[in-house]
Order: sequence, then C-alpha cells, then structure tokens
Amino acid sequence: MKYVIIGNSAAGIGAVQGIRQVDPHGDITIVTHEPHHTYSRPLISYLLQGKTTRDSMKYRPDDFYAAHNCALLHGEVTQVSAGQVTLADGSTLAYDKLLVGTGASPVVPPIEGLDSVPNRFTFTTLDDALALEAALDPSKRVLIIGAGLVGLKCAEGILKRVEQVTVADLAPQILPAILDAESAAQVQAHLESHGVAFALGQPAQPSNEYDIVVLAVGQRPNTALLQGIAQIEQGIVVNDKSETTAANIYAAGDCTQTIDIASGQSKVMALLPNAFLQGECAGINMAGGNASFGKAIPMNAVGFFGLHIVTAGNYTGEVYTAPGKKLFHSGNRLNGFMLIGDVDKAGIYTSLIREQTPLDSIDFALICETPGLMAFTREHRQKTLGGEPT
Amino acid sequence: MGINWIYPEHEVVRNRDRCINCRVCERQCANEVHEYLSEHDKMVCDDAKCVNCHRCVSLCPTRALKIIPSGNTYRPNSNWTNRTINELYRQADTGGVLLSSMGCPQRYPVYFEKILLNASQVTNPSIDPLREPMESKVSLGARPRDIQRDENGRMINNLPPQISLSMPVMFSAMSYGSISYNAHESLARAAQELGILYNTGEGGLHEDFYEYGANTIVQVASGRFGVHSAYLNSGAAIEIKMGQGAKPGIGGHLPGTKIVGDISRTRMIPEGSDAISPAPHHDIYSIEDLRQLVYSLKTVTGHKKPVIVKIAAVHNVTAIASGIARSGADIIAIDGFRGGSGATPTRIRDNVGIPIELALASVDQRLRDEGIRDNVSIIVGGSIRSSADVVKAVALGADCVYIGTSALMALGCHLCRSCHAGKCNWGIATQEPQLTRRLNPDIGHRRLVNLMNAWRHEIKEMMGGMGINSIESLKGNRSMLRGIGLNEKELEILGIRHAGE
Amino acid sequence: MKKIYVNEQWCLGCRLCEYYCAFAGTGERDMARALAGMKIHPRMRIEEKDGISFAVSCRHCKDALCVKSCITGALTVTDGMVAIDQDRCVGCCTCVLVCPFGAVASTAHGVMQKCELCVQSSAGTPACVRGCPNGAIVFEERGAAR
Repeated sequence: MKYVIIGNSAAGIGAVQGIRQVDPHGDITIVTHEPHHTYSRPLISYLLQGKTTRDSMKYRPDDFYAAHNCALLHGEVTQVSAGQVTLADGSTLAYDKLLVGTGASPVVPPIEGLDSVPNRFTFTTLDDALALEAALDPSKRVLIIGAGLVGLKCAEGILKRVEQVTVADLAPQILPAILDAESAAQVQAHLESHGVAFALGQPAQPSNEYDIVVLAVGQRPNTALLQGIAQIEQGIVVNDKSETTAANIYAAGDCTQTIDIASGQSKVMALLPNAFLQGECAGINMAGGNASFGKAIPMNAVGFFGLHIVTAGNYTGEVYTAPGKKLFHSGNRLNGFMLIGDVDKAGIYTSLIREQTPLDSIDFALICETPGLMAFTREHRQKTLGGEPT
Repeated sequence: MGINWIYPEHEVVRNRDRCINCRVCERQCANEVHEYLSEHDKMVCDDAKCVNCHRCVSLCPTRALKIIPSGNTYRPNSNWTNRTINELYRQADTGGVLLSSMGCPQRYPVYFEKILLNASQVTNPSIDPLREPMESKVSLGARPRDIQRDENGRMINNLPPQISLSMPVMFSAMSYGSISYNAHESLARAAQELGILYNTGEGGLHEDFYEYGANTIVQVASGRFGVHSAYLNSGAAIEIKMGQGAKPGIGGHLPGTKIVGDISRTRMIPEGSDAISPAPHHDIYSIEDLRQLVYSLKTVTGHKKPVIVKIAAVHNVTAIASGIARSGADIIAIDGFRGGSGATPTRIRDNVGIPIELALASVDQRLRDEGIRDNVSIIVGGSIRSSADVVKAVALGADCVYIGTSALMALGCHLCRSCHAGKCNWGIATQEPQLTRRLNPDIGHRRLVNLMNAWRHEIKEMMGGMGINSIESLKGNRSMLRGIGLNEKELEILGIRHAGE
Repeated sequence: MKKIYVNEQWCLGCRLCEYYCAFAGTGERDMARALAGMKIHPRMRIEEKDGISFAVSCRHCKDALCVKSCITGALTVTDGMVAIDQDRCVGCCTCVLVCPFGAVASTAHGVMQKCELCVQSSAGTPACVRGCPNGAIVFEERGAAR
C-alpha cells in the first residue's frame, strides 16, 4: 500500500499516526513545500515572544519520521490525478490512498495605502514569522490588520520588540469569530493595558506612520489541487470518515469543511486539534481501518498576556452569565460557551457539547456555577473515576 | 464564662513552624475543635470541644499537632481530685446522671499485671513454634460425661454442639446501632478470615451479614431486639445476655434519634422509638427460668447450636455460674468490670463489679469442685489487652476470651471514651454517614486480621517457652502462673503461688 | 498497567491527597518545609459538595483527547501513561479545553501540569494513594479484568 500525504502539519502528522495504528508497513510519503521539520503553526507568535524555540516548537520529536517509517519529501504538488500526484519539478508519485492536508493561506485583500508601508507580511507560517522577525526593531511601528486570533497573537508576540503595535479591523470588536461584544471589550481592555493600540470599526489606514504592516484578515482553505476532482464549497467537503467525494482521496485540516455537531452545519473549522483528529481518522480509514470523526466542534483556547480565553460551540439559545463566563443552551443541550480568565475544567463543558449530553441528566444549575464531575450521577463517576476511560 | 465554666481537660498544641494550614484537622474533627481563619490565614482551636480522640493528630501530614493535659488544676487534694470536683460541678449544673463510655479507667488493680508466666529451662524443653507443630485451635461447648458405645462396641458420637475456633479469641458483643455498619462488616469479615466468631450484640443482625453466619454469635438480650427464628438459626451459637461488665445490674438505652433506617429494621422497632433494654429479662427470675429460655432457644435451633449465657462479674459470680452450668447452657461468658460499653452511667462503670481475673479463677475452681466444669466452656472478657492477657486467662481456666475494646482499637478507636456523644471521629461508634464512611471495612478487617495473627504468633511463642504445644494443655494450668506483689488472699483466690515459691 | 482509581464511597474529603500530591513534586524531605505558607497546585484535586467528595486526577485515557489536541506536542502517551513535557508546553490551555474530567490544570508558573502517577518522584505507589487514610484512592491493575 502506498500512501501519499500532502502537508506536514497537524493533519498530515495525524494521518501518519492513524495509518501506523493499522498498517505498520505501507509506504508513506509526506510531501511538503516547507523546508522544515513538522512544527506547530500556532507557536510562531510564541517564538517571536521568546516563549518557545525553534527546537521546542517542533510538533513531533526529531525521530518522528524514522520512528513511523515514513519519507519526508520537500516539494510542491501541482496536480492530483487518479492514482498519482505530480510535483513542481515534473516528477510523479503514485498513491493508493492520498491525503490532502494543504491547510489554508492568508487572504491578502486590496487595501488602499498598503504600498506606502515598506515592510508587509502575513503571519501563518514559520517562514512568515522569521521574515517578520528580521524586520523587527525597537524603533518600529507596526500596523496589524485584522483583530482575529492571528492578528492578536502576532501583536502579543512582537509587542515588546517594537515601539508600537496598532491593531486595526473593520469590525467594531476584536475576536468577532469567538467572542461577543461584551467579552471582546473585556479582552481588548486587557490588551490595551499591556500597550496594544486599536483602531476598530473602520477601514485600516496603512500609511507612512507605520514601518511594518501585518495582514491577518483571514485565511482561505487551499483547495486548488482538488478543483474539478472532488466537491468543494468553502473548503474541501469531507464526510465523517474524512473522505472527499473522490475515490481514494481523503482530506483533513484547515483545507476542509465538515459538520459542526453543535450547529449541525458544515463549516470550515480551522483548528489544530480538529486537524489532528481528522487526519488521524483519515489515516486509519486509508489503511483499511474504520474510524469516524463525528464530534467536531469549533473551539479555541488562547491567551494574551496571562489572560486565558477558551470558547467552544455556537452561541445560540438561552444564556447563563456569570463574571468571565457565558454558557449557551437550548433544547436540553449545551450549545457553546466562552470563558475568560478562569478557564479551569472548561473541558467538562466542551464534553457536554461534544457528547450532546442531555442537560436534564445532570445537575445543570450546579455545573453552570462550577464545572465538575459533581454534577454527574454517582454511577457516571464510578465509571469514569473507578473504571477504564476510553 | 459563668460559674459553670470548667477548664478543658486537654490542650491542643499546634506547632506553628510545622502547620501548613492544610485544614485536614478542621475537616476531620466532628467536634469542630479546629477552625481556619481566612482573614488571618491561620488555624485556631477550641480546646474545650476536644475529646482527645487523636483523629487530627493521626492525620496531620506535617506532625504539627499534639494533645496534652491542659495542666489547669484546683488546689491539689488527694481526696478531692480534679476529676471528682469537675464531676460534682457538672452534676450541680445539670442535675443529671453522668454518662461515660468504654471501660472503667480508674486505678483499681490490674491482676494480669501482677501475674507472671513460666518458661522451661533444661528440663521439659521449650518448643519452637516455627519448627514444631503447635495447636492454637479450641472447641467450645459442653463435654460429654461418659463414652457411649453401640451394640457393636463402636463409640457413639454424643458430643453436644460445639464452636470451633482457630485460636482462643473472639470478638465480643457490640450491637449494630452502638457501632456502625462498617465496624460490623469489618468484624464479620475478619472473623470469617480468621476462623473465629464475632457477636451481633443485642441489635439484631443486618440482612447483609447473614452470609457470615458460620462466624456469628447471635445475641438475645432483655430487649429481644431483632430476635426471630431466622436470626437465631443464622449464627453458629446463641448468646443470652444477662449482664455486661461495664454496667452490671442495669439495662441499656439507645436513643430514638439513633433508631433510623436499617437500624430500625434490624432491631424490628419503629423509627424514632427509644430502644430500651430492661435491667433484667422480665421472664427470668431464677436459674429455672433461665433454663426455660436456654431450652426454648435450643428447640428453635434444633439442638444444633451451643447456647452461651453471658453475665457480668459480680460478687456472687461463682454461685451464679454454678447455676448456669446446670441450666443446660453450653458456655458461660463472664465480663469483668473493666469491660467496655457504648454508653454507661459513670458511677456504675467505675464502681460496680469485680476484676475478671478473680471472677475467672473462682468460677473455674467452683465448677471443678462441684464436678461440673465439663458441663460448660468458659469465655472471659473485660479488658483483654494483649496476647499475654490471653495466655494468663487461659492458664487461669478460661477456654477462650472475648475482646471488644482491643478489636475497636484495631479499627481506629483511640479510647477517647466519648462513644455516648455519637460523633466518633473514627467512624466506629456513630451512625452519621459522614463519619461512618471513615471506617473502610477493607482496611478495618485487614487490621483486625493483622492483630489476631500477631497475637496468635505471640501466644504460640509463650506456650512454646513453657514447653506446651496446645491451648488444651495450657487451660487451667495455673502452675504456669506466679503472682507478684499479691497478698495471701489474692493468691488463694487466683489459685496461684507467689513468684519465688 | 496500574492506574489510580477512586472510590468515592470511601472519600472523606480530607484533602490529604492534594497535599501529598503537591508535596511529591517539591523534592523536599519535609512537607512542613516544602509547603509552609504556599498555595498548593496539586495534580489531584478534590471535588466536594453536600457531604459528597471524590478525588479527580488524570484518567490516562486510551484515546486521550488532550494528547491529540495539544498544539505543541508536549503531551504524549508513553506505555499507557499520559505525560507532559513542561519545557515544550506554552500554557495555551487547549488541553484544559478538551479534558472531559478537568484533570489538567495550570501551575503557578503558567505551564500545565497533570498526574503522571508519581513516576518521577516516588518508587512504586503514587503519593496520593499512600497518603489516603481510607483506601479511597487505589493504585492497581484493572484493565485486564475487563
């Protein structure tokens, strides 16, 4: 069996681990255009901040490829066809099963005045971060366009290394994808107290006041390789087995869209944990096993200057509100939550969403107040704490 | 404080250098002695509430706590001791009978401590129990008077019903109600594992424990709580409780507040009603009446189970024992004045009854003199504290001993003598679920088994030293005993010679 | 493999497990010296309410979500035990977000910690198990029987 995996990040690594659970011997080739050992993309801001190093940000140990008996090929896939992929240098690789884990690329919209800033960057890959780092200097003023996770983590990462960081966004609040206005204001105040400036609710205005601009307005799934081969909407459409609509072709990670069980809708959920889980599921199925990734939900854990924010699910239904906490529920199910500050035991909420736990089967009033196993039945606890968890 | 203030007996000493404010002491004290003051980030304690049960001392992870006598004293007076004065003040305050628990703590002579054991030298060589067979088994029950044979000359088995024990120790009667479910489970499981018996006490037998029937003595007391045919037939023996060493001559009283749930069902009385055990059995006013009950119980159980009659050691114990030995009972249990109780009037506990050593020696002698010693086996209890006490009791004539206090100590009891308050921090003498769960029977039964195994080893060592290889050969073997510091009369009653003789 | 199991029937809520756990990580010989005046961050934590209490620590799930979700690769499974490499952890709390037991938590210095069965600090039995006075926390083999 020949496996080809396009992409060397969480989805691709997940697929390798998945394949090796079932098939210890098949040929695995990972093709990546990035000249690096697998690394964790979300850590690039931590790298600039000095909280991790090139070595510790490796997503898997140095011996990962050898230990999993797979080949790493640095090159760019330009075409996918039935049974083989073609690389930029014209060579081909045959496959029995293919995983597309091409990720997503930053969107670079036309913005007036952008050309007036000498240094322009995006902030997705390690190379992006290294390029940005080379331009950093305590005298530099930075404009970050986009107050989402990427933009704000970038702001945190470089704040101490430049003179000034301004984050601009058309939206009137920061983190519009994961926070409501009220919570966003709280986080914004925290960021401002650490020295980040904001220009929200208006078009970004790059000008010669800035030395550096970082574009972080969003990203788009890299679907081009499967154009005309498999069904593509916003991302590559995959089912719960990580299969695309094309035979023997699987896809996982930020390039895909899949069902969010909290809302029931198919959407792009560009999150590292989902990418890994989906990749692992794909790998198991590629190798002839039977896995299903049916519990995907949007979720995020992020922190800025010591303030933790964790969110998951969808913000619909009735709201339970407490300081630093919002829980959204309807129809006897928890739909989503946001926690700011005290995030301890948040996974118990996540599990309620993921497992679609009927809220009348637990002490919901108690769990709203304090996430814990106390809200579950004694039998449930006997199983989890006294038995073998899966 | 008012004129009724009595200075606390104990002082809780906290080593501030070692205390880490973990609050384990606070969480573990049902008497609410310890308290954490969050505003000062420190622990404080109220000595007045402390009963000196040592729960906090035992569990403190940094050894930051100890409990010492508070040292406060009235003007020293050998006649009016602090304790006597305080008791008087308490009664002046309340007008009530003073209540206590466990056994008499007063300074009466402990005869076991004035008896020394023999050992072999040169002649009659000693035996190494690790290398040579050594029998610790005993059998309790009446012995046949004569050998009977059938027409073919074969011996007829005319042995009355017996209790067979792996060692001459049993757990004495402690009722479900006075002690917790978990304490009972610990005793039952340990008895089963050890091949000995435990005793239900007068509270009936919880349905969960019928499975331990072969290792259970079921008790019938004056209140007749929880007594029915299935109960009587479930055990290995039946004990009629006539008296108890901690409170000879009086009955018992378990307050209605403790008669809840399973306890009410097991005792077969309504929830919330007081469980009053009358001082006498109202159908027993003579040995003849006792004989009727003995035979009633034998009839119910098809004459398959030995019947024990338990009495407190009182002044005319020999005459009473003689009567019991003629009543059809198979075993006499005698409880000395140091025996424990979950609640007893202080004055009774501390002033009524006689030491078990003297009662045992005189009863054994009387039954021998009357030629009826084989009618019955003798069990003694009332502060058997070690394997040495067991060996001395057997040499004085006992077939077996009962241990109650010692068993409870294996379960965690620290002899604070506050059982009657119902807030036992060790989960033994309480029915509060938060407290009873502190005694995990997995641990409790293991500790009981450990204790008994240790005692059995020691008993064998002592017997081996005397050149004796079975309990049967030690029984009544008073030549192995010598008194120390005893007067002529005491030696006469004990039937032993003085050391050096 | 031996794991920690909790039986809440016997849990007294005394929290000795939390202190023995916190102590086990310090490398000190004397708990008084190690923990005096400190706020502890134990890897095993008690939940308690209305007379019910029980200890919660990592269940070392076979299919551990925290390991699969970890963005740095700091969480790994070795011989059935979920371990954390605190040098790689950046304290992002993704593991906190996904652990269904609330068994991963922050240390005083920002990175995450979790129960690692005392493999680093003691021989044989984890500190919480040795410190539990009532057998409510046990360390034993159960998987094979099921």
